[in-house]
Amino acid sequence: MPAVSKGDGMRGLAVFISDIRNCKSKEAEIKRINKELANIRSKFKGDKALDGYSKKKYVCKLLFIFLLGHDIDFGHMEAVNLLSSNKYTEKQIGYLFISVLVNSNSELIRLINNAIKNDLSSRNPTFMCLALHCIANVGSREMAEAFAGEIPRILVAGDTMDSVKQSAALCLLRLYKTSPDLVLMGEWTSRVVHLLNDQHMGVVTAAISLITCLSQKNPDEFKTCVSLAVSRLSRIVSSASTDLQDYTYYFVPAPWLSCKLLRLLQCYPPPEDGAVKGRLVECLETILNKAQEPPKSKKVQHSNAKNAILFEAISLIIHYDSEPNLLVRACNQLGQFLQHRETNLRYLALESMCTLASSEFSHEAVKTHIETVINALKTERDVSVRQRAADLLYAMCDRSNAKQIVAEMLSYLETADYSIREEMVLKVAILAEKYAVDYSWYVDTILNLIRIAGDYVSEEVWYRVIQIVINRDDVQGYAAKTVFEALQAPACHENMVKVGGYILGEFGNLIAGDPRSSPLVQFNLLHSKFHLCSVPTRALLLSAYIKFINLFPETKSTIQEVLRSDSQIRNSDVELQQRAVEYLKLSSIASTDVLATVLEEMPPFPERESSILAKLKKKKGPGAVSNHLLKTRKACLTDIKGISTPSPSADLLGLRAGPPVTAAAPSAGSLLVDVFSEAGVNDDGFLRFVCKNNGVLFENQLLQIGIKSEYRQNLGRMYLFYGNKTSVQFVTFTTTLNVQAKPVEPLIEGGAQVQQVINIECLTDFSDAPLLNIKFRYGGALQNLTLKLPVTINKFFQPTEMASHDFFQRWKQLSLPQQEAQKIFKANHAMDTEVLKAKLLGLGMALLENVDPNPENFVCAGVIQTKAQQVGSLLRLEPNAQAQMYRLTVRSSKDTVSKRLCELLAEQF
Amino acid sequence: MRFMLLFSRQGKLRLQKWYTATAERDKKKMVRELMQVVLARKPKMCSFLEWRDLKIVYKRYASLYFCCAVEEQDNELITLEVIHRFVELLDKYFGSVCELDIIFNFEKAYFILDEFLMGGEIQDTSKKSVLKAIEQADLLQEVSLNLKHKMA
Repeated sequence: MPAVSKGDGMRGLAVFISDIRNCKSKEAEIKRINKELANIRSKFKGDKALDGYSKKKYVCKLLFIFLLGHDIDFGHMEAVNLLSSNKYTEKQIGYLFISVLVNSNSELIRLINNAIKNDLSSRNPTFMCLALHCIANVGSREMAEAFAGEIPRILVAGDTMDSVKQSAALCLLRLYKTSPDLVLMGEWTSRVVHLLNDQHMGVVTAAISLITCLSQKNPDEFKTCVSLAVSRLSRIVSSASTDLQDYTYYFVPAPWLSCKLLRLLQCYPPPEDGAVKGRLVECLETILNKAQEPPKSKKVQHSNAKNAILFEAISLIIHYDSEPNLLVRACNQLGQFLQHRETNLRYLALESMCTLASSEFSHEAVKTHIETVINALKTERDVSVRQRAADLLYAMCDRSNAKQIVAEMLSYLETADYSIREEMVLKVAILAEKYAVDYSWYVDTILNLIRIAGDYVSEEVWYRVIQIVINRDDVQGYAAKTVFEALQAPACHENMVKVGGYILGEFGNLIAGDPRSSPLVQFNLLHSKFHLCSVPTRALLLSAYIKFINLFPETKSTIQEVLRSDSQIRNSDVELQQRAVEYLKLSSIASTDVLATVLEEMPPFPERESSILAKLKKKKGPGAVSNHLLKTRKACLTDIKGISTPSPSADLLGLRAGPPVTAAAPSAGSLLVDVFSEAGVNDDGFLRFVCKNNGVLFENQLLQIGIKSEYRQNLGRMYLFYGNKTSVQFVTFTTTLNVQAKPVEPLIEGGAQVQQVINIECLTDFSDAPLLNIKFRYGGALQNLTLKLPVTINKFFQPTEMASHDFFQRWKQLSLPQQEAQKIFKANHAMDTEVLKAKLLGLGMALLENVDPNPENFVCAGVIQTKAQQVGSLLRLEPNAQAQMYRLTVRSSKDTVSKRLCELLAEQF
Repeated sequence: MRFMLLFSRQGKLRLQKWYTATAERDKKKMVRELMQVVLARKPKMCSFLEWRDLKIVYKRYASLYFCCAVEEQDNELITLEVIHRFVELLDKYFGSVCELDIIFNFEKAYFILDEFLMGGEIQDTSKKSVLKAIEQADLLQEVSLNLKHKMA
């Protein structure tokens, strides 16, 4: 047994501890402990009164046993007795026991509180400190009730010793954290702020923790602390390294206090008083300068303390986000740390730069370090540092470097640690979507993601790629081709099969012209994967097969053969069996028309926040993420055709009844906070202008954009009105349009409005609306906004009046399948005849009366004028008031026009 | 600071201080989990890691790991120096401290920590102030012991 005992040396305790240490097994230890517990119990119960020393020794033994991880159910009373001893060490052990083993026994709490009360009023500073420590250690509500009134008084009393003040400040902080309602603000609060001026550095150090916490909750009441904190900081920063004696730590003056002062200032905006602000900026500059000076000591403690202050100063600079000069200096300093030999500094620099990347002023400066960060991602040996590097790459990514960063993240994924793969996958998926300029790159990226890390690609990611492919017709052919190629690999991930099945089922026709990817080749390729897949994937593939029958009648017999086989139609899984039976039946009895309607191409998904982003946000929180992305899809066919496929999983075909998707409410103001606003085009307003020409296109807290427009033949003129809703100027206001426009005034005064005129000529029919990009500075912050200009193909309609006979003749003439587009959809608004008529007239076509034999239906006719050609179009809208549904059919001489009109109109009713 | 742990390379817990109310069962679970994470790390790795919703700052001194759990926004480097200052205090008090000192005088280790940190916040950073408080206590103790010996 080593003779390490200081002070009293409770010999019995030392013997007991070494006995325990000598135990060879857990059982032996328990045996020894039980023996000791029995001994202590008999001593406590014995007739002979124990002296203070023995009591202390036994209580200490119990504490030791408890700390070893065993339960202790007695001894509390003896510990409470020790509290009232007037021997310091006995009291101390008593308090320690109480602090570690609090018991909610109310009788005991009353006794403990009594003892504490005595000590607090003893005027003996060491006893007072012990009592305050106990309150802080226990921190229970009962104690707060008993002492929350008393402690502030002790804290600010003129005659309180410094050491007691320190304990009182932190004790109060603990009570405020656990029971803020019991710590009442009052006259003492202003005096607490002035403790920042106290001569004793220890008092300031303790008090500032309390002040910081109180300031966070009651900033107004404590705002005088800002100037006090600045002057205190200034005094420390400018002091020589030895001025503060014992508060200098390895040649760094008062590092703890400095950090706390800088942290306190982060509770407030930059000081308004010019002199205070000037002094603070000076401090921050001095701290940045000191970082460049040679170290005063080689010890790591010196550099840690110095850099702790530096990082806290940088946090404050980032918090203010108003001093471009300091922000850039901070960034350069962190840049140096990125290559430091200390792993800790590299880690912190990466972490800190992440927040700098989001500042307008330093984003570019952060971007210059991209190569170093990529290198860190590749070479750091510590996974937590690599994680920071990946986070930073994500934060510094923008349109200019997205391709490089995504490529690096993808290649890192191949060797990444399992612990961070899922998060990496989500980040790659988000960046690829956010910065996709051409969507073929996006499709490539996601398919690569599935190839490299298929297991970590969650549902959200592959749902999203399908959503985007469905919504963007310019990428559908490419997606079909790429996914077809990816499926050629002998072993591909099941997620690839899912995406492949879905995309080929929808858009396989786009590549069917090539004999190498003819319908049957596509089908055989998909079917070759079928047997290796899980039930949900097989279900999806069956749906793809029935879609094939519609897309390619020539595959019908082959697919029916497959569906008819025992392994499908008698499959033991009820879902697969049901699909096989229903699809087989559907393909045999339904006419081509019915089949074409039921298996129509999926309508575009409503724009919404990316579900992947939502997932990333949730990832850090507990609980599983459930996604209803596909389950809430509009699924209206069931009601009309009476086909129902009850499905336990998300049904991609949308055959299942679900709640209708309500039209996106024209939300104002949310745009600038939307994470995706920069990438996503705001088209809330867009659809409201299909049937009207004037109105408000966009509005948020800052800006309102109004539109007036007129159209004749294939020409149009649009007036855009930009209104500044604030009282502050918008500067460097620019708009760019992917068509020609006259430049707009670069400056909009607060409350003022400027106008811009756009002349429009329709050269040929089109689907994509022109995009209007608006940039301006409001305050210091750059605002960036992209809107779809509400120029739609229907604006160039010339109404055509015609009689019933002519209409139907014309209708029959346009009977090629691709000339017709049809949609069946739920009513989003009340089905009011007059409103419907007004909307159809606003569309620009002639509304023809007495044409349709059913008076409930509406028919319209018109010719679209483009420079290249004229496109005649007919429309029929059939409301079903009972089902609250519409069927819309558009026929026109050009297939793209039918399709586009149908899309536009489907959102209007 | 949410809590501080001291444990040996063999995974024996030597000191635990909790600054927020935590159920005994949760404490045991957290200690077990965290020890596993920290003990698995290699020497050259950085001293900070994200764990649950907390930041862990740890450092190894000889056979002992000192491990602090702090809030997301807390300063990592200064926490590292909190650990170092605590080690210095132990060292000064015990005279080149070793694991055995902390095992046999666990109550002293708690007293020193209490004088240095209170409710998870620094009470005083001056070595002198902290040790003065502790030595004063020892002095009181020795006085009473001497009395006892005389009486015996």
